[in-house]
Amino acid sequence: MGIGKEVSAADGRGAPSGRGAAASPIEFRLDAGSGVPTYLQLVQQVEHAMRLGYLKPGDQLPKVRDVVAALAINPNTVLKAYRDLEIKGLAAGRPGQGTFVQATLSQVALPELTALRRSLSGWLTAADGAGLDEDGIVALFTSALRDFYERRSGSRARGGAASGGTEGVA
Amino acid sequence: MNVVETRGLGKRYRSTWALRECTLAIPAGRVAALVGPNGAGKTTLLNLAVGLAAPSEGEVTVLGGRPAGSPAALDGIAFVAQDTPMYKNLSTADMLHLTRNLNRRFDQHYAEARLADLGIPLKRKAGKLSGGQQAQLALTLALARHPRLLLLDEPVAMLDPIARHDFMATVLTAMADDGVSVLLSSHVLAELERVADYLIVLSRGRVQVAGEVDDLLASHRVLTGPAAEAATCAGRRAVHLRRGEVQAHLLVRSAADDPVPVGWEAHPVGLEELVLAYLREPGASEPRELAALRKAEPSEVTK
Repeated sequence: MGIGKEVSAADGRGAPSGRGAAASPIEFRLDAGSGVPTYLQLVQQVEHAMRLGYLKPGDQLPKVRDVVAALAINPNTVLKAYRDLEIKGLAAGRPGQGTFVQATLSQVALPELTALRRSLSGWLTAADGAGLDEDGIVALFTSALRDFYERRSGSRARGGAASGGTEGVA
Repeated sequence: MNVVETRGLGKRYRSTWALRECTLAIPAGRVAALVGPNGAGKTTLLNLAVGLAAPSEGEVTVLGGRPAGSPAALDGIAFVAQDTPMYKNLSTADMLHLTRNLNRRFDQHYAEARLADLGIPLKRKAGKLSGGQQAQLALTLALARHPRLLLLDEPVAMLDPIARHDFMATVLTAMADDGVSVLLSSHVLAELERVADYLIVLSRGRVQVAGEVDDLLASHRVLTGPAAEAATCAGRRAVHLRRGEVQAHLLVRSAADDPVPVGWEAHPVGLEELVLAYLREPGASEPRELAALRKAEPSEVTK
């Protein structure tokens, strides 16, 4: 106990300038050249982190003040992003505490995600070996994805919802 | 509440008008950016709002109707002038001491904590600090008064990218903590989009366009299509035209759900593009026919 220097906020002792107390699991970054409005970049990064399991329900989003200090952006922009996430039902503000993740966008846990990523990069190697370039791979993946969801919604309609998720795709 | 309100405001230096017919209402809780080329009247407008200059015509009030320059107005505002002037031979500690004694309200604790955070030594003479540190010192002195309106004249023009980022981070953090409203002048357009949520474009002493950034972006877009139809397509809403022999880009006042003319493509406009268009077209804020748009277009093929 108590060896780790940055273990969550000093218990009992009120840390006055409380710097990393209750830190958020994620940090924002900005891509100035993307042409995507700043608030939307923040929204998309939260959604992305939720999808990949970096953010789970109950996790705190970075405090407005910390985002402002780190990125030198207008606090109203951060508030706008968080309001947007609240409207989408993904986050909720708690008065005096901050904004917290409320819903989940992905049921997949991190280890499974890592395994899926590994099998996908195996597939990518095969596609590359077969002579597909990046655009070709994207086109193939997109059309396969579309087929998959069309077929699945078709079989759902017929009442045959396939159960038991992991079937070998290779 | 409006933090700055002007009506028919003008300032004349001898025979030239530095600012003319300026009517504005800048709401509280914003970072308002005053943009325009050198000599557009930005500094004049700031000086009038602070009370360092007296209007030649019209009026200006701050913080909900207090006459600019009155004790009630000065109590709530802080101003950092261009090049952050300071007593170069005084130490940082002496600058704090001086500012504390010259002001009714001064948060010594905040100022010292802030300077310690920034690693600015109290014993160093102000003139020996780096450009970024001098700017941060001036900003700290201004913020320690806990103003409700902070005015900054070209605050980052002379700073390197990191000093610029840190300076703006300090300003915006004060806004998040204290709710201070900010009015700053700048000709660094690239960084505006992340910082400003209210925009005033000045050119040759006149306001070209002013409003909430979101509203301005939502009410303008770029139309791309055949150059021959540009005049018909533009109607009376064109701000700026760039045309080649065959293809033309039109910046128009238009809502996102307005129908797009057949054969034309609509794109959203960025803040920098919008500002440049208004600066290139003085008078664009008035509805006018396309023929009135400036003729000497660099991309226009005339021969």
